[in-house]
Amino acid sequence: MILDSFLGGAPDAALGDDESLDRAHIVDSVRALELLLFVEEHFGITVENEEAVPENFDTVSNIVAFIERKRAV
Amino acid sequence: MNVSQVTRLHEYLERTTSRLPDKAALVCGGERVTWAQIDSAATALACALRRREVERGDRVVICLENSVESCVAVYGVLRADAVFSLLSPQTKAEKLRYVLLDSGARCLVVEGAIWDACRPSLWPLPELLSVSVVRTAGNQPPAREGVPPAVVVERYGDAVSGALSPLPDASISIDLASIVYTSGSTGDPKGVMLTHQSMVAAAESITTYLRNRETDVVLNVLPMSFDYGLYQWLMVTLFSGTLVLERSFSYPMAVLAQIDREGITGVPVVPTIASVLRTYAKRGMRYEGVRYVTNTAAALSVAHIETLRRTFPNARVYSMYGLTECKRVCYLPPDDLDRKPTSVGRPMPNMEVFIATPDGRRAVRNATGELVVRGPQVMRGYWRKPAETAEWLKPGDIPGEFHLWTGDQFRADEEGYLYFLGRSDDIIKSRGEKVSPREVENVIYSLEGVKEVAIVGVPDDVLGDAVHAFVVLDEGATYSAVDIIQHCTQRLENFMVPKYVTFLASIPKTSSGKILTRGIRELARSAMADQDTLSRK
Repeated sequence: MILDSFLGGAPDAALGDDESLDRAHIVDSVRALELLLFVEEHFGITVENEEAVPENFDTVSNIVAFIERKRAV
Repeated sequence: MNVSQVTRLHEYLERTTSRLPDKAALVCGGERVTWAQIDSAATALACALRRREVERGDRVVICLENSVESCVAVYGVLRADAVFSLLSPQTKAEKLRYVLLDSGARCLVVEGAIWDACRPSLWPLPELLSVSVVRTAGNQPPAREGVPPAVVVERYGDAVSGALSPLPDASISIDLASIVYTSGSTGDPKGVMLTHQSMVAAAESITTYLRNRETDVVLNVLPMSFDYGLYQWLMVTLFSGTLVLERSFSYPMAVLAQIDREGITGVPVVPTIASVLRTYAKRGMRYEGVRYVTNTAAALSVAHIETLRRTFPNARVYSMYGLTECKRVCYLPPDDLDRKPTSVGRPMPNMEVFIATPDGRRAVRNATGELVVRGPQVMRGYWRKPAETAEWLKPGDIPGEFHLWTGDQFRADEEGYLYFLGRSDDIIKSRGEKVSPREVENVIYSLEGVKEVAIVGVPDDVLGDAVHAFVVLDEGATYSAVDIIQHCTQRLENFMVPKYVTFLASIPKTSSGKILTRGIRELARSAMADQDTLSRK
């Protein structure tokens, strides 16, 4: 769902929930930042610099888990 | 500092390895690799290439992620007396095939995922003898369905574990070391031919003005297919430093965490990276150990300079300008940055420039016109493209010498400091890389139902220029902007994919039927103002 709204133009059929967005070249420095800002805006959370790491952002599963954690706080 | 004369690039590797075999050469993906390890891996690859009949002067195409293997491959190819071409790991089948065919490559060293995606559509390639695949899925032997039987396909790991044999070591300084593919205005990428001599000269000039020393540790996040990324590795070898190599800059905080951990002193950037850093910098970060930051590809804005200074408070910031055809032209001494923030400075050591004015004069100050370059760093020409070569390399004053006509408009001030004004052709610079409008147009034209396409660059805070496509559809065709962008994403590297698509009923033309670029740019401006243009977001 995140990627549906964010990526729009990317062929999403091939992308698994645990696939690295960076390794699949779906994000680069610019797109990853856009994704971060999108997540902040769309889910009403603030991402600290220390949280902008692959463990929180590099797969669909990681992003979902990160957002859930942030919203639970 | 450099006492012995180096004639070929790989002699830097030999020199550094013999002095500092156990020093870390490369830190990449959690691995630390010493100079001795790089050296023996390069020899193993050179022997493997010779075994697969790669001979002196033959071309080897390397299509890998930034990795230990991509660094090793550069020197492995040179040690086999062959010529390397590095391609972006985002390269799609059509481009890979074009480069393999155009270069007449004998061997391809390729990432497993790229091999799997491109393999079906590469053939025939009459000159290709072998393929060496790095990182195959599940470390299985690489797939070879559809590959002609004469072509050897093997795991890289298997290829380099064969017996070592003596290498002929016959190359000399005027042999080609690399062919660097770059976007051309015709749409077909052009292979920039660089000799050992010109690459050694460029590496010596740059490390001289950056005052590089053995204790420098350089962070490279740029693809090695981009000569700016490649030279970080070559120069680190020259000054016996250490390279911290990253696949990408997607997660800047994770990458920058290595600055303190690894003692990084040098950070090369392009304006897009400075833009991305700006957002993170606002949230607070500071790296005191960095001694210098370099920028090329496009000018830094005053805001970028501010960001870099705040993030790297002890760094000297170098604004530079160059083109693949001669690697680098000029740099602004950091002490002049406040005085002339928009200048790209003065020619680098061992290079001379003049401005060819529209009235046919040559000037070095108080002039505006096309920048012309001379020096040992200048390319040998475009591979198998004599007409384009003759357009860019024109006879100089010394018989047999050629000047490089850059196609870039420049101004020189009263002190001879240079200012980039713009390009004479319609090449777009996005994320620091060259985008040929023709190349993107050709891809969009391949969609059935597309009647006309025009591609222009529009100013963008982050990208420098964003690629904007104007499309006229045949009656009955119903593509959306997303369709066009998706089609491009599957066929082009990311930086070439349009950010904006606007559909038009017709494309403005001159009376002779030529597409009116200025008219299109005007449309682009008003489309941005109206906000009715679809971006891919």
